[in-house]
Amino acid sequence: MSVLVLAEHDQRSLKAATLHTITAAQRLGGDVDVLVAGSDARAAAEAAAAVPGVTKVLLADAPAFQQPTAESLAAVLLDVVKQRSYTHVLAPATGFGKNVMPRVAAKLDVAQVSDVTSIESPDTFVRPIYAGNAFATVQSSDAVKVLTIRTTAFDPAATSGGNAPIEAVQAPTDAGPTKVVSQELTQSARPELGSARVIVSGGRGLGSGENFKLLEALADKLHAAIGASRAAVDAGYVPNDYQVGQTGKIVAPDLYVAVGISGAIQHLAGMKDSKVIVAINKDPEAPIFQIADYGLVGDLFELIPALTAELSG
Amino acid sequence: MRTLVAIKRVIDFNVKVRVKPDGSGVETANVKMSMNPFDEIAVEEAVRLKEKGIATEVVAVSCGPAAAQETLRTALALGADRAILVETTEELQPLAVAKLLRAVVEKEQPKVVILGKQAIDDDSNQTGQMLAALLDWPQATFASKLEISGDAATVKREVDGGLETVQMPLPVVVTTDLRLNEPRYATLPNIMKAKKKPLETLTPAALGVDVAPRLKTLKVVEPPKRKGGGRVADVKELVSKLRNEAKVLP
Repeated sequence: MSVLVLAEHDQRSLKAATLHTITAAQRLGGDVDVLVAGSDARAAAEAAAAVPGVTKVLLADAPAFQQPTAESLAAVLLDVVKQRSYTHVLAPATGFGKNVMPRVAAKLDVAQVSDVTSIESPDTFVRPIYAGNAFATVQSSDAVKVLTIRTTAFDPAATSGGNAPIEAVQAPTDAGPTKVVSQELTQSARPELGSARVIVSGGRGLGSGENFKLLEALADKLHAAIGASRAAVDAGYVPNDYQVGQTGKIVAPDLYVAVGISGAIQHLAGMKDSKVIVAINKDPEAPIFQIADYGLVGDLFELIPALTAELSG
Repeated sequence: MRTLVAIKRVIDFNVKVRVKPDGSGVETANVKMSMNPFDEIAVEEAVRLKEKGIATEVVAVSCGPAAAQETLRTALALGADRAILVETTEELQPLAVAKLLRAVVEKEQPKVVILGKQAIDDDSNQTGQMLAALLDWPQATFASKLEISGDAATVKREVDGGLETVQMPLPVVVTTDLRLNEPRYATLPNIMKAKKKPLETLTPAALGVDVAPRLKTLKVVEPPKRKGGGRVADVKELVSKLRNEAKVLP
């Protein structure tokens, strides 16, 4: 048995999601190799080599991977999996992994198991269905298991202590039919939503995008990332990359502060594994209170500035 | 230019799903079913392409039991021109659906195929990407804006850190994200008209596709219940509890 992890990285370092995925890979037993497909991505490969328990790092370095596409990543991943007969191929269940991995699975004519939360054995996995209202244990009979990993279900692997060899692999010269024209990434000095230890999230109760500034002041105090419910995204208050929930990001920080969020099951699906949940809402009957450790009923426009001030004191 | 849109009949998003006592799955008997919400966005986008004069015909396809005809009629009421049901009572997994759709695409020769990014029942988020792979077409997943000009598509995609714009030649597979559009409601006259629109029924066997499941579901359980419901009186008590009881603040 041999396991390959597709690394999500920024050419210089590994994204936290990759570290969680490596932990999941190690649960399978067997060798764990990491594929870094990048452009001038030696530093990211070295970061992967330093993770304890990684057997080997494969580096596919090509200009095409400056802005990789599903097509170009799937092509190199398929080559590597076929040539080296991996039995398991893993990637984080982030926008990155979700885009690429089904393409690889279909080309291999195997099923993909999405959003794995537990590895029971090399062929049996647990995954959430129906927005996490049920968990299915599934067994794969395919020769290669293609998995995306729910990062919140696995601890991150350590980032130092390992010393795996780095081996160059052939990268495709053809970038494929899709061109990345531009990227508009949300510029923020805050921690990444997917890996933040504290998250302050706003819902429709905020009333406008302008009012999210209230949350920013609180988030500054808490060194928190800012999230949002689907309702707030739908209403146009904040961009979609803020969205926490079934169809957005899945998070499990140490502290999740839900502000003006009623708590639809689709939102709970994305945050109910947080260690401590605080809910602030004017409606005492809001479902969010049923899962909150600390519920505070009242007007958020008074409570949030008061909370920010209390934390400064 | 023909546009194909794939839709799935799922348990309505407002229904609180219940796990069956024997752990074999979730209760689907006597439960309200609807079109998967992301597929409504897909239908809307296809109909808008037609209204802009880019698409000449919108074909809605669903794979599943006979009852999915109802969902296809909804798509017809929203503006699709005709519908195809690939009828089977077998459990269909994403790879099997992608293969069925490939067979339909080969028959219908569309230039654009639009699917929801994810079905809210199995939450797999796979079918569009798999279809693109099987057809060897480019893919534009999680689309928040779609423009077709000549024989190329420009798509704004929702990515983890923001937005990414990609460009590719047609044909293309597009999967929809939330902000792509706001689907219309079907009007009564259009619901009546939809009853007369053509709906063709095919079978996996007729399309030459083996739909046998690759994943075996061993059991389905409810998630562990989270113990919540704690209350604090004011901001002072909240901060004190977060510091001293939960110990999540310094």
